[in-house]
Amino acid sequence: MTDGAGSDRRTEHAAPRRVEINEGILSRNQSSAEANRRLFRERGWFAVNVVSSPGSGKTELLRRTVELLARRGVRAAVVVGDLATDNDALRLQSAGAPVVQIVTGTLCHLDADMVRRAVEALPQDPFEVLFIENVGNLVCPSAYDLGEAARVVLLSVTEGEDKPLKYPTMFKSAALTVITKMDLAAPVAFDRAAALAALRGVAPQAQIIETSARTGEGMEAWLDALLALRN
Amino acid sequence: MHEFSLMQSTLDLAIDHASRHGAERIERITMRIGDLSGVVADALQFAFEVLREGTMAADAALEIERVPVRCHCASCDSFFEPDGFVYTCPTCGAASRDIRTGREMELASIEVTGT
Repeated sequence: MTDGAGSDRRTEHAAPRRVEINEGILSRNQSSAEANRRLFRERGWFAVNVVSSPGSGKTELLRRTVELLARRGVRAAVVVGDLATDNDALRLQSAGAPVVQIVTGTLCHLDADMVRRAVEALPQDPFEVLFIENVGNLVCPSAYDLGEAARVVLLSVTEGEDKPLKYPTMFKSAALTVITKMDLAAPVAFDRAAALAALRGVAPQAQIIETSARTGEGMEAWLDALLALRN
Repeated sequence: MHEFSLMQSTLDLAIDHASRHGAERIERITMRIGDLSGVVADALQFAFEVLREGTMAADAALEIERVPVRCHCASCDSFFEPDGFVYTCPTCGAASRDIRTGREMELASIEVTGT
């Protein structure tokens, strides 16, 4: 016979039980991203997540891109994330695009829910391309799917040519790499061969386009490459 | 860095599962983190020590299993684990863009005690 009282006192010395979970830590964001992807498809929007370091020229590239797309009869809207200020939204509005600014406060990346709330706040004007300008950061945004159809990463000639080697996770995640500020390549002694070698090594999946939003160099090629991803 | 918010999500997920299993305490949390995830294990460990305070995981250990990057080479149909971040097939020298593992950020399992 066992002592009933003793056998009930099992919590103190019981061996730990193992519970298998095997769940992605960002699984909630992932399901929000899938919902966004369905929504964008239903509304006929080609959503593009634009990422880079701070100061690589995301806003200026997009400002010019929106203008040039309009000349091709393609309308675009922009959702832009920053830790603070709506300066970027004001710059983008000057190009005539519907814009919503997301102020993330201290958060270093956009997530799928923030993007969902922002697109609901966009004006009702019809458009075909939705640019999501992420927070300037080459680390954290790489892990967050926003429901985009394509991810584009920028590398400016004023950053180091070896930047792709330092932030491989981000560069490996993008379909297209845009080298920006090519008008400054000579003054900053940009080593084009070294940059291309680093990009091709780290991100063999990505097409590379060299641009200057200021002079217009490479901008038509960039639009062609971008719109080709739509199909 | 976003290790604090990742750790908070992990802890929330772990506590949620533990509660559903009627546990009182979490003794161990095991995560699986890929080498290409961009997440730093030491930073997770530090965040964990701060965030576990006052929760049912207050005395828990955190174990992080590293998942190496594994690529498939389309040219010679082989698998390999690359050195560094340029993924060149050691057999035939082709560049691989087919990454099969290494991006993981997962809560693998927990060990719990209590009724």
